[in-house]
Amino acid sequence: MKRQQFQHPYLPYLLVAPQLAIILVFFVWPAAQAVYQSFRLEDPLMGIGEFVWFDNYASVFDDRQYAVSFVFTIIFSTLVAFFSMAIALLLAVKADGILHGESAYKVLLTWVYAVAPAVAGIIGTFLFTRNIGPLYNLLVSTGWTFNPQVNVFDASFTVILVSVWKQVSVNFIYFLAGLQGIPVAVREAAKIDCKSELRRFWTITLPLLAPTGFFVLVINVTYAFFDTFGVIDTMTRGAPAGGTSTLVYKVYQDGFLGLDLGGSSAQSVILMILVLVLTAVQFRFLERKIQY
Amino acid sequence: MKKKNQILDHLILMAGVLFLLLPVWIAFVSSTHRPEVILGQGLQFWFGDYFWETYSAVLFDGTGFTGKVNALLMLGNSMILGLGFSIGKILISTIAAYAIVYFRFPAGGMIFWIIFSSLLLPLEVRIIPSYEVVAQMGLLNSYTGLILPLIASATATFFFRQFYKSVPEELLESARIDGAGPYRFFVDILMPLSTTMIAAIFIIMFVVGWNQYLWPILMTTDESYYTIVMGIKNILNDLEGNNVPEYNKALALAVLALLPPVLVVVVLQRWFVKGLVETEK
Repeated sequence: MKRQQFQHPYLPYLLVAPQLAIILVFFVWPAAQAVYQSFRLEDPLMGIGEFVWFDNYASVFDDRQYAVSFVFTIIFSTLVAFFSMAIALLLAVKADGILHGESAYKVLLTWVYAVAPAVAGIIGTFLFTRNIGPLYNLLVSTGWTFNPQVNVFDASFTVILVSVWKQVSVNFIYFLAGLQGIPVAVREAAKIDCKSELRRFWTITLPLLAPTGFFVLVINVTYAFFDTFGVIDTMTRGAPAGGTSTLVYKVYQDGFLGLDLGGSSAQSVILMILVLVLTAVQFRFLERKIQY
Repeated sequence: MKKKNQILDHLILMAGVLFLLLPVWIAFVSSTHRPEVILGQGLQFWFGDYFWETYSAVLFDGTGFTGKVNALLMLGNSMILGLGFSIGKILISTIAAYAIVYFRFPAGGMIFWIIFSSLLLPLEVRIIPSYEVVAQMGLLNSYTGLILPLIASATATFFFRQFYKSVPEELLESARIDGAGPYRFFVDILMPLSTTMIAAIFIIMFVVGWNQYLWPILMTTDESYYTIVMGIKNILNDLEGNNVPEYNKALALAVLALLPPVLVVVVLQRWFVKGLVETEK
């Protein structure tokens, strides 16, 4: 906080009032409702309900589909984060060192940031459509009996590829900024001391890029958990057999399409706890970052 | 030696550019072909002769359940959502952050925590209760119901708080010596200093708002409120139900849906990148 501050009887309240009102109505209240609903069994048709303690949680953990969704979410997030970060890092390192055309590359590698995941999913669906899609034809020509409608592996492949495609640009922007933030003196010294470009990357650049890398990792996990909803809804709808349903997609399917309010709320609360744990981890690391 | 390395670097970068560009390129050029061509020969890699036919049909002819939705209407709704979201967010968050950073007031600490707790949980984990709240308020199928709940996250407030905190302390001291009150200081000193920051956040928030998908799906059952990003999905079924599935039109819709935010980001590249990178801190 500032050392110098204003004092005024009502102005500050007036200034925070719009923000506070919206947050109370559209954030605090719904979040509290989710917790409340997760302990109740509601019959949406009859309009009656009862308090059932942890029954909803118990049935969520008993649900084999939930386990499937949980495992898929972990694998999906790991692969999406890994590949989109790896590709972006390679491109950022090359774009940082390039002598000609840096600004053109920057524009051509960042615009995908603005494409909606749902739109990416729709274009992806076309590329993978039987007979007309170039990617479908390419995969089949390698002898792969590619059938995402039936095969979970094939379906996962399509949503992962599209999700990676969509995320490379954001990661590229952060990595490039991180690389360009490394002081010139350090780079020059490294160049003199270490001739091998590859070794210089592993021993100097990468450790200096670690704070950026960690921040990007957090963004990517959040993206894979929540923002890929549009990709999954337009491409697979969680099919086949819930094999490509992320935890967020399952909350939507069970609650909004399946009308299982208690179960869906219990899943929401579990997700909230997961996010809180992730945030706590993030803060611990951020504290370390400051000591750098 | 040096030259050879750079050629390899260019090849890698070009491969990256192609990887990102090719899907959208294929979608765009395929949309300028007749649907029979796509059905018979697959998606295309070069332009056809039916650009105007496809795009004028998609933009102006009504489709959908009521036969009244066209891309123009949906683009208009997306524009309202994108602008409403970004402008609303900036208006609310600049003043809220001002109060939090520049005022000492009772309960200020608690209000700060309530506001920033919203950063922890994205809308997706509380969609059903949020939907119920909006339904109870009678805001389904309205722009207010579409925009307000999305603003209920303190991302922009957080960015502005960080920014205000980085403004030198001496500015307020000297402004006070010159007799400036809270209103004058905000309008004459803080706002002019924030213009770049506001522009950057505006661009990012416009893109975020335009690209919303899940919330508009829940909020809109009335086709006249469809945004283009979520409307394509519903219209796809109609287009593909025809004798010859109208893939060209579906692809044209996808291109129209991504064009405005991509143009904004490309044209305002420098501000946008600055915004993203600055807000990291």
